[in-house]
Amino acid sequence: MVTIIPEIIRESITNLVKNGERSDGRSFYEYRDISLETGVIEKSEGSARVKIGKTQIVIGTKPQIGEPFPDTPNVGVLMTNSELLPMAAPDFEPGPPDERSVELSRVTDRCIREAGVVDLEKLVISEGEKVWMIFLDLHVLDYDGNLMDAAVLGSVAALMNTKIPETRIENGEIIVDHEKMISLPIKEKALMTTFAKIGGELIIDPSLEEEQIMDARISIGIREDGSICAMQKGGANPLTKDEVIKAISKSQEITKELRKHLPEN
Amino acid sequence: MITIITNKEFSTGIETSERADGRAFDELRPIKIEAGVLNRADGSAYLELGGNKILAAVYGPRELHIRRLMQPNRAVLRCRYNMAPFSVDDRKRPGPDRRSVEISKITSEALSPAVFLEKFPRSTIDVFIEVLEAEGGTRCAGITAASVALADAGVPMRDIVVSCAAGKANGQVVLDLSEIEDKEGEADMPIAIMPRTGEITLLQSDGHLTSEEFEKALDLAMNGCKKISEEQKKAILGRYG
Amino acid sequence: MIFVEDKEIVIPGDILADEDYHAGRGTFKENNKITSSLVGLVAVRDKNISVIPLQSKYIPKRGDVVIGEITDIRFSMWNLDINSPYSGFLPASDVFGKEKRDLSKAFNVGDVLFLRVVDVDEVKKVKLGLKGRGLGKFRGGILINITPTKVPRLIGKKGSMINMIKDETKCEVTVGQNGVVWVKGKPDMERVAEQVINMIEEQAHTSGLTDRVRNMLLELLGKEKLLEKQEETEETETEETETEETETEETETEEKLKKQKLKKQKLKKPMKQKKKMEKS
Repeated sequence: MVTIIPEIIRESITNLVKNGERSDGRSFYEYRDISLETGVIEKSEGSARVKIGKTQIVIGTKPQIGEPFPDTPNVGVLMTNSELLPMAAPDFEPGPPDERSVELSRVTDRCIREAGVVDLEKLVISEGEKVWMIFLDLHVLDYDGNLMDAAVLGSVAALMNTKIPETRIENGEIIVDHEKMISLPIKEKALMTTFAKIGGELIIDPSLEEEQIMDARISIGIREDGSICAMQKGGANPLTKDEVIKAISKSQEITKELRKHLPEN
Repeated sequence: MITIITNKEFSTGIETSERADGRAFDELRPIKIEAGVLNRADGSAYLELGGNKILAAVYGPRELHIRRLMQPNRAVLRCRYNMAPFSVDDRKRPGPDRRSVEISKITSEALSPAVFLEKFPRSTIDVFIEVLEAEGGTRCAGITAASVALADAGVPMRDIVVSCAAGKANGQVVLDLSEIEDKEGEADMPIAIMPRTGEITLLQSDGHLTSEEFEKALDLAMNGCKKISEEQKKAILGRYG
Repeated sequence: MIFVEDKEIVIPGDILADEDYHAGRGTFKENNKITSSLVGLVAVRDKNISVIPLQSKYIPKRGDVVIGEITDIRFSMWNLDINSPYSGFLPASDVFGKEKRDLSKAFNVGDVLFLRVVDVDEVKKVKLGLKGRGLGKFRGGILINITPTKVPRLIGKKGSMINMIKDETKCEVTVGQNGVVWVKGKPDMERVAEQVINMIEEQAHTSGLTDRVRNMLLELLGKEKLLEKQEETEETETEETETEETETEETETEEKLKKQKLKKQKLKKPMKQKKKMEKS
């Protein structure tokens, strides 16, 4: 099912943006209200509930012991998966992940992996044989625009919240000690900011309405030192070089503010 | 070889006649229900029962695009019960399995008798149940939450279906089995009723019960349902404070 | 015997009255008891008892005026989404007569129209038409969705609520019985109207709404609040009757509204509002 956006809505939002305004009264570089809680699912080794505006995602991690990939025998595994649940929007259908869902998981995964959020080398239990595999599952409950920024923010928070049992090798035997739970080795807190291009302008954190009518989208993952760890351009229309450069510099500035939502340490 | 040192206590209460979590035989786990928790859905509800965390959402009645499912004289009520991968101790693979397909079917059948489906021919009412955390009795909790979500969506109903399980654990007939009681116990019997008339819309039983025990369990479950029903009502009215 | 009070909030399965009452909308009879089928407000009028839902979907009925969006163009008709479980269609002949013309020249996908429900057949096909004053395509403006059963509340008694919004924001406002509202004015005024309409949607079940709407309007428009005790009670009383005027009178209210709209254009400012302004 495809949602068709009434032409007059497209016009009114575009005209507002051209006048330097947005339909919910925000400025161009202002996020909606953000809330972030961690440890919301007791059975999950690490979890977070993130809300940006009325967009809501619950993220949980599950560690499992498994074998490393043959080409990377000395690093742990991070697996990111997302479900755009049919409860989250009238046009999300049940069934296997569609392309939007796959894009969301892959962009989130790239941002976290390339930034080195988790020190995967420290997840090796026995080199070449056993490593920790961390499953990061994103459960999208309510879709009100800008899933990517919420996904990355919530994922970093859930990973920071994750505790895994300590492991050691005694007499060639792996001991998994649930009495000694340790935090995942986190070495970076990269975050993502998304801009929508509407009426030739870039606006941050697009709402559902804005996302439905935007010409293009650019999501940028930024590490604590300001370097870029992931980018994804979306939407059916092009962006100019200047627009991309402007988005990056805004992103570097705004992720600093966004990072304050993450829990301490 | 992997040795696992566990920090979990598996007390089934076999040593004493008490229940593992110290509840009386006819006592429910702590319960909390909230209506209208989602923005996009037409109706929604969040429910906590013991360690269960359940979210239910309703869309509809809405246009049904799949012709072969269409009923000329009434709406179809479709349910999807789903468990989050992180809701259980060992990660659940995403997507439906045989268990969730069966639960979806019986949930739809448990809710349908209460809904005036005949008022909306050719349309669909979609009920989505997400188990965010599971601790025994998720199907009952899901049905209870789904009824609140249906009422919240403004779907006309004869009554608000409520669901609860009773069963036998540690030789005793008990109400609202916890995860351990469900796993280690002798029988689990989830039911759903329309509380005003007491009519049963769901009945399953898994395990061994004598007919006396069955009757006792049914009475317990019915009483449990009535207590939960009060919480449903509070949740629905609570939205309009 | 009646077991509930007028305007009490009830839920499905609540027993409302004995058989000496008549079961109205939102209720059903079972074992000689009138029972609620909805979450809503009880409305008792003489011996008729009904429940006005706080949440519902629009079910099209003949004669209603609705706001719809074109979703598809077929050989001889447009398909429209009318915010309902049942989609509508507008026959090409309604626009072109017998002439054969390119449908997209008249209306295209994404256009929003104000239409009348001409017929709903037994397979729930909803035939729409454009014959009537004020019907046709909207240009500019914004759309707001509210629960269809709250439309009478938004309109208010004899259009009091909607006229207040129109007068204060200087916006054109058109309300479809399917809960879609079109607002056109200056962009900042459109936003004010939107906020106010959303507030009415959220608080439709409460009393004293007219006062709160007026205060909200004045606050948003940067004018001073007007809170005079005397007026407050006065308004609450009118509102009491307002909730009763529901569904059945929707069409009528809408009609009246249109007539008033025409009159309004001649009168520059409604008297009532003007007086209050002077008081401040």
